[in-house]
Amino acid sequence: MTEFNDAFLTAWQLLAVSDARLSAIVGLSLRVSLVATLVACVVGMPIGALLAVGRFPGRRVLIVLFNGLMGLPPVVVGLLVYLLLSRAGPLGQFGLLFSPEAMIIAQAVLVTPIVAALTRQVVADEWTEYREQLRSLGASRSRAAATLLWDGRFSLSTAALAGFGRAIAEVGAVMIVGGNIDGVTRVMTTTIALETSKGDLPLALALGFILISVVLAINAVAYAVRGWAERRWG
Amino acid sequence: MSAWLTIDRLGLTEGGTRIIDDVSLALGAQRTVVLGPNGAGKSTLLRLIHGLLHPSGGALRWAQPLSQAMVFQRPVMLRTTALANVVYGLKLKGYKANECARRAQESLARVGLEHLARRPARLLSGGEQQRVALARVWALEPELLILDEPTASLDPASSREVERIIGEIATNGTRILMTTHNLGQARRLAEEIVFIDRGRIAEQTPVTEFFNQPQTAAAQDFLQEEMP
Repeated sequence: MTEFNDAFLTAWQLLAVSDARLSAIVGLSLRVSLVATLVACVVGMPIGALLAVGRFPGRRVLIVLFNGLMGLPPVVVGLLVYLLLSRAGPLGQFGLLFSPEAMIIAQAVLVTPIVAALTRQVVADEWTEYREQLRSLGASRSRAAATLLWDGRFSLSTAALAGFGRAIAEVGAVMIVGGNIDGVTRVMTTTIALETSKGDLPLALALGFILISVVLAINAVAYAVRGWAERRWG
Repeated sequence: MSAWLTIDRLGLTEGGTRIIDDVSLALGAQRTVVLGPNGAGKSTLLRLIHGLLHPSGGALRWAQPLSQAMVFQRPVMLRTTALANVVYGLKLKGYKANECARRAQESLARVGLEHLARRPARLLSGGEQQRVALARVWALEPELLILDEPTASLDPASSREVERIIGEIATNGTRILMTTHNLGQARRLAEEIVFIDRGRIAEQTPVTEFFNQPQTAAAQDFLQEEMP
């Protein structure tokens, strides 16, 4: 039990003095997951909107596919991206494996289906309400998709957030393509996994606290933004 | 009075039900109000004419192509200002940015809402939202304006205001084709009444004649029920 208490104490100390090693890990985690989420939004939101309003063959299949890919196992994504980026792989020449860029790619692949599927749901609901009006005004389907994306921007923040939550919390994909190299590709989740297995609980615990706080804080901000937006725009 | 639209044996069947049943009609009046009981097919007929629905049979023959716009029972407002909602319609028609802004301002002024131009459209009252919707279509200066029960969910004061605006749009030469449940409104706005019952045209009569001596039993019943 004393070991447990010591671990907590040291964790708090690390947080209190904002330990350099700790801040580097937290910084990299945030950077990788934020950029990956951004990429996923830029790619996934238009896909989701077109799936909601578009009419093209294979649309239903794609909807089922994206819904299914929401539950993509991170280790599988890691493995696929690893194969793509490894020396012998099709993108091997860029030498990206075991770099933060590789981790961004892997998380973006993981999160894009989540963002696309959630966006499709939001935009499809809007489309039932707006459809006749937009068609009456002469909006093309792609124009309607763009309009609905902008009009649903506050609801869509939830989709982005869900994507970010998934990215920052996953360990399998970044572990495989990043390699968990100290000072280079070590993020919160991979460090927690490593330090726990080594028995260095204080660092793992401190990171655990931060990870939870980050996720809670971002959700709180998003909740506040949505509330404000609803009062402001209806 | 030559017809600007001839409807030839138009039909719409959905799930085995004939919603519009072999409708032939020549529309020539500048202001036409479609009346009929609930579920008679009034809204469906307007949507077929506007092109939002495709008929399962028959054809629409336009004397010449008319630019159209439509106002719905519940106005659909984008999450932006009242002004930007009006600008949106103009942009889709390809007007340049400064022209959009000018026309939109003018149009909002004509419906008496210039003071609310910068307000979020969705936070306006139902009556104000419907006036923004009217400003949005008025700015486009359509040759035919279709309105589907534009005052059905409004209080009497807003309803009168919307009616005044429709009257003014008509004065500027736009053809009006609308449905309403408000018979007083139909009497004030219409030149001609098209009475539709169970997906069929029961009668098409000048407005005074319709209200004084409706030709069909269905229309007589309808008027008696609506105006006890």
